[in-house]
Amino acid sequence: MLSLILQLIAAIFFTGIIIRTKSIFSGRKGPGILQPIKDVIRLFKKSAVYSETTSFIFQIAPTVYFSSVIMAMLVIPFGQSKGIISFNGDFIFFAYVLALGKFFSIISAMDTGSSFEGMGASREALYSMFAEPAFFILMGSLALLTGHTSFQEIFSALHIGSYITYALAILATFVLLMIAMIENSRMPIDDPKTHLELTMIHEVMILDNSGFDLGLILTTGYLKFAMYGALIVNLYIGVIPYGFTIPLFFIIQFLMAFMIGTIESFMARFRMGHNAQFIFALTSVSLLIFFGALLILGKFL
Amino acid sequence: MNYITIINNQTIALSTIPEIDYDTFFELNTGFMIDHAERHCVNYFGYKTGDKIKLICCIADDDKHEIYVSSCLYDNTSVITAFTSKLLCFEKYEREIHENFGINYEGHPWLKPVRYPFNRFDQLKTIANYPFYSIESEELHEVGVGPIHAGVIEPGHFRFICNGEQILHLEIQLGYQHRGIEQLFLEKKKLLQKVSLAENIAGDTVVGHTTAFSHIWESICGFEISGDIAFARTLALELERIAIHTGDLSAVCTDVAYQLGSSVFGRLRTPVINFMQEWCGNRLSKGLIRPGSNQFPFDKALADKLKLVLDEFEPDFNEMCKQLFKLPSASSRFERTGVVSYEDVLSVNTVGMAARMSGLNRDIRTSHPYLCYPELQHQPIIKHHGDVYSRVQIRKSEVQQSIKYIRKLLENIPELNNQYNELKTPQADSFAIALVEAWRGEICHCAITGKKGELLLYKIKDPSFHNWMALALSVRNNEISDFPICNKSFNLSYCGHDL
Repeated sequence: MLSLILQLIAAIFFTGIIIRTKSIFSGRKGPGILQPIKDVIRLFKKSAVYSETTSFIFQIAPTVYFSSVIMAMLVIPFGQSKGIISFNGDFIFFAYVLALGKFFSIISAMDTGSSFEGMGASREALYSMFAEPAFFILMGSLALLTGHTSFQEIFSALHIGSYITYALAILATFVLLMIAMIENSRMPIDDPKTHLELTMIHEVMILDNSGFDLGLILTTGYLKFAMYGALIVNLYIGVIPYGFTIPLFFIIQFLMAFMIGTIESFMARFRMGHNAQFIFALTSVSLLIFFGALLILGKFL
Repeated sequence: MNYITIINNQTIALSTIPEIDYDTFFELNTGFMIDHAERHCVNYFGYKTGDKIKLICCIADDDKHEIYVSSCLYDNTSVITAFTSKLLCFEKYEREIHENFGINYEGHPWLKPVRYPFNRFDQLKTIANYPFYSIESEELHEVGVGPIHAGVIEPGHFRFICNGEQILHLEIQLGYQHRGIEQLFLEKKKLLQKVSLAENIAGDTVVGHTTAFSHIWESICGFEISGDIAFARTLALELERIAIHTGDLSAVCTDVAYQLGSSVFGRLRTPVINFMQEWCGNRLSKGLIRPGSNQFPFDKALADKLKLVLDEFEPDFNEMCKQLFKLPSASSRFERTGVVSYEDVLSVNTVGMAARMSGLNRDIRTSHPYLCYPELQHQPIIKHHGDVYSRVQIRKSEVQQSIKYIRKLLENIPELNNQYNELKTPQADSFAIALVEAWRGEICHCAITGKKGELLLYKIKDPSFHNWMALALSVRNNEISDFPICNKSFNLSYCGHDL
């Protein structure tokens, strides 16, 4: 329960902080931190417009997408406190419930029959597919290291103490951060600010969504960020008391948002063809973690 | 002689242009250009005289600084061989002539409509049934973009044929912006109305088009421009170049999602256009240039302000360029993206930046000098790779060059000439041509006057007319997601093409 509440609070500020960081770096004052939430509230008050060429898939997809992320958030623990749902192998549930949401958002994009959305859907599917092994090798190695298979048990058994574990934690943070960027279609994979349909990935898939549906999709994006942030925080907090970990949670979330804002300010995005290469390289970073885990367990060589 | 040799901004009697039969006309003009990279066609058009069509072709020789004009009277009965059968660069001119008069060409690959004028020959050819090139295949898919632009700028339709993410072919359909500008030039009788029209041919090239119109008009009226007018126009042309190039650099950065470049270049453009506001009351320089007069004399006080603006502009601009060109993620987007080879730019006959990016030296400032350019001893900036990187580099170097020229010009501000000659009435039955190198490239205006000195024909060729084809060629075999950056690196005009 604690974990869910913290994630929801973080989600309110996360995107606002990214936007504000970017504004300040480009010499502008920028909108208030709560502007993204205000936008969503405005959208929630509107009704959706549906194209005549779409079917019921297009209408249910935003809801499925939204609920899949909520389900995934329920699994995430916070240190000692379990997530609302917790069972052995819940990290597999986590990955595939997210995949279900993504599947619906992809078929809903195809449902519109627009050539742009078809392209966006194919890119999204490709990049998620490449990101999947990285996540599983990472979580698999951690499970191997700790001997547990649920998020809460893995994270509370994870003691960062030796040099190798420091290295593992840094690599794992990197992998999770990059997966978060890919899943949320941020730079350098995708540019959420662009108005050019041909270069979009996630944005182009939701071109036809409007009103309430669009609001749901945007909210889902904010939630996803906070969710991945929470996952990263969990790598570090272990059994530390809440008095320290709750502030730490917000500091890490803030740093993550600030970092994303900084990357987006001072770098150009990748060429589309290089994305697949970049994402696939994450898998090899995950493999490093796997070998590290084997090394610690003494099973290597 | 089958042709007459003139220079830039010259007016000649219409009767001095030799009229030859079509076969000689064809041999002459294709002969001029085949294997002569230094020659290019600056304008080729037709107009109705009685029930016949007079075709006039103007070929410019960049080395000899001359323009060869020849004409042909064609009765529109027989089928004639298209110039395009030998030289692809005539493709668009002949499409336009065919669209207007229904001339039957043979040897032209596809006489598609260009801009759907109101009085076109075949009224059945409408914007809705444009014949797109298509390829039947299971593997390929078509992507149509527009006519409404994602950034809601100007309308144009782009039809891509793609194999997955890779573009095989791009076809660009324009004509949505056609306003009948050339016809309006004939209908509007007051000079002020005509200048306002010239200012609105393309909103981003106000100085370029107005200068071209002013040169034509002054040339027809036999008006000799004084030093202060030439000074003001040269200065305005270079300032326009700085402003638009800087804005384009900002837009290119936006397209690769490089926020720092986008906002810094965007900020740098503002003081330059604000200076135009101070000078002439309009940030886009509307109202600055008028035939036969110097509306807004440039004085010492303005010169000091301009120096101040440039002193602040230059270090920031140079630093931002340095940052941009050393940023690996930006270079990886620019380099080897949207390459157009030398052979391609030559066969398309692109002008301006779109030619200089691939090593083709096309710059009216040196090849057909006018205003203060002879004194500035302009050296065109030439790149050789023809990719986005070259186009961005040209912009950077041209801005730096323009700053250098402006500083040089400011050293010696000419005295205001108070004794203006009145503009005389335009000469009757004459032909005039004016070439101006605007920021985008060569602008060519041609005018023909009638018996009372009234305009009988006004022909405008914006650099975009040919350069759109270079864009279509540049994206072949590139990723479709690189199209926006290619497009922005050319930054072509829709209304300049559609007129």
